[in-house]
Amino acid sequence: MRVALQVTCVNDAMFPDTGKAVVRLLRRLGVEVDFPQAQTCCGQPMVNTGYLDEAVPVVRAFVDAFAGYDAIVTPSGSCAGSARHQHSIVADRSGDPALVAAVAETGPRTYELSEFLVDVLGVTDVGAYFPHRVTYHPTCHSLRMLGVGDRPTRLLEAVRGIELVDLPNATECCGFGGTFALKNADTSVAMGADKARHVRDTGAEVLVAGDNSCLMHVGGMLSRQRAGVRVMHLAEVLATTEDTEGGSSGPAVGERAGDRA
Amino acid sequence: MSGTFVGMPAFPTAAREALADTQLRRNLAHATRTIRDKRAAVVAEVEDWEELRVAGAAVKEAALRDLATHLETLEASLVAAGATVHWARDAAEACAIVASVAHTHGVDEVVKVKSMATAEIGLNEALEAEGIAAWETDLAELIVQLGDDLPSHILVPAIHRNRAEVREIFRRRMGDVGRPAPDDLTDEPAMLAGAARAHLREKFLRAKVAVSGANFAVADTGTLVVVESEGNGRMCLTLPDVLVSVVGIEKVVATWSDLDPMLRLLPRSSTGERMNPYTSTWSGVTPGDGPQEVHVVLLDNGRTRALADDVGRQALRCIRCSACLNVCPVYERVGGHAYGSVYPGPIGAILNPLLNGVADEQTASLPYASSLCGACFEVCPVRIDIPSVLVDQRAAVVDSHRGDRVPKPEAVAMKAAAWTFSSAKRLARAERASGLAGRVLGRFSRTTLPGGRAAAGRLPGPAAGWTGARDLPAPPTESFREWWDRTDGGRDGSAR
Repeated sequence: MRVALQVTCVNDAMFPDTGKAVVRLLRRLGVEVDFPQAQTCCGQPMVNTGYLDEAVPVVRAFVDAFAGYDAIVTPSGSCAGSARHQHSIVADRSGDPALVAAVAETGPRTYELSEFLVDVLGVTDVGAYFPHRVTYHPTCHSLRMLGVGDRPTRLLEAVRGIELVDLPNATECCGFGGTFALKNADTSVAMGADKARHVRDTGAEVLVAGDNSCLMHVGGMLSRQRAGVRVMHLAEVLATTEDTEGGSSGPAVGERAGDRA
Repeated sequence: MSGTFVGMPAFPTAAREALADTQLRRNLAHATRTIRDKRAAVVAEVEDWEELRVAGAAVKEAALRDLATHLETLEASLVAAGATVHWARDAAEACAIVASVAHTHGVDEVVKVKSMATAEIGLNEALEAEGIAAWETDLAELIVQLGDDLPSHILVPAIHRNRAEVREIFRRRMGDVGRPAPDDLTDEPAMLAGAARAHLREKFLRAKVAVSGANFAVADTGTLVVVESEGNGRMCLTLPDVLVSVVGIEKVVATWSDLDPMLRLLPRSSTGERMNPYTSTWSGVTPGDGPQEVHVVLLDNGRTRALADDVGRQALRCIRCSACLNVCPVYERVGGHAYGSVYPGPIGAILNPLLNGVADEQTASLPYASSLCGACFEVCPVRIDIPSVLVDQRAAVVDSHRGDRVPKPEAVAMKAAAWTFSSAKRLARAERASGLAGRVLGRFSRTTLPGGRAAAGRLPGPAAGWTGARDLPAPPTESFREWWDRTDGGRDGSAR
């Protein structure tokens, strides 16, 4: 099986540790992923803001980069949702039958990380060790667009040392919403404030989710509140083992000395 | 004597003001959560809820697919049953028809059954201009009307008011337009309902003409259907001599048996009841029983425009249950007024642009009034994929500006992003620049994010919308792609 990592533009530019964690985790499970260098973005920022024409060359870059792979794994529910549910809209708009055919190939082969682990690899215990109090936020697109269900929590429950606590009103949106966070910043922040409150009510040290964009929003609010709660992508928790777990801030995977300010 | 949505600011501005209304926030959070929980409980009782949703969607879809035929059948059935059928292309035509019926009977007042169609066309204001008072008889509509207020919810238009506010409105205003509230009025719900009952009873007994909408219009039998909880609607539908019903053309269903899934879906989705307390049906005129003159105004007002939209036409399946409002995290916080329409919430965010187009700025802001969380689609009893229609309407907004001589900053930014994302080489260059910025921002950062990473600090320009309330991590000095290149995907042993 040829497996490609779609790291996502947000992770590539802002959260490389998440990408490294996916590589490390899958390697531990016996899967060597390729990183097709031609990949860029899934096009979701354009599509969800209404710029369909602008999304066409981006979706074209996606299908060109990932053509021929049996599985495309991405550590993002919303990017997987974009490939599976929105690329066809963009392709139809382009009027290019070749693009329509290409997205029909790549879309169904795109898996969100927890789907790939549970459905394709058939594992829930990935051999992780993470001795912290954790709460999990199911992001909207992973929950409702993809329907990942309890896959992420089953993976987390199997992590050794973890203390997993329920997040109140977990299925309610955190208020990120892509460009919504900027175009309707006040409403977005009002929603985020309630999510941050629920997170704090759990007494968790770490908030985990499958989308770094949502975590950037809630985490940014928690940080501004000096709440003492850090956010971590599901992949980074699952990649952590007894060998790598150390200190409270964990995820300095693969960083060079002096990288951190 | 009611407010107007005309001149409302675009959604972000209206929402900002609403978010600062503490009483509104409290009232809405309480009310939406209560209805949401009630709905969830009664929906969970129905084992085949999903099949029911599919059936409901299919009934409406079938009616819409062959709308012209069903409307002609409906007209023929209604006429055969003794009703007079009028066709109205827009709000002005519909209002003129109702006013003309009232004038024919020489009345200066009508009683009204709660109706979204008549709210949509601004019937009360139009009748007022003709010297005819239109009395709302639905309790919540009465509260809105007496309070000189605007509706903020499809089902419970006074959802933004609590009972203390309702008491105040009744005490101050009831006496101006009829029987005053009792002097010892408290904010006990039973006492408030009692005051409304006494106030309205006077109007029911006096009125010669009633105006209603309809939840469904059955083509093969010529039957209109109104479902309600209070019985005030039935008062209006049975006591006066003349009944005028304004019915959107999308309300038609083909056959009587099509009501089966609809009447099971609607109450559970809207009020969280297993069945609604009052279901009134009437087919034209029944001699000696009920109104002896029955008019039906079939209203387009943008519906054929929506029908022509391949993606958006599914919005015409809407049965006005409000489940999408009650579950919407945006609506829960900003309330209905911020949407600037009698149709607020997720359904309003697609229905208004579909009915009216996106030429004006306020309507064009509505498709963006959503985080696309999808909770609305999940609860919709007729499976309207609201998030997909929202995205499609966003595209309609963007497309309507493609000819602009001076493009909006957002359009320029999106074009730049698309240019960057169309080539991995260009993206890598942008990431190297961002890495440099990260080095600088990291060095001068005075904020450490929980976990130890440096924050970018407060940024100017559009990014201030983010950093005003949220810390932002400083970009990493090395992108994932650079790491992969440098370490051969971590295989050189440098990654733990």
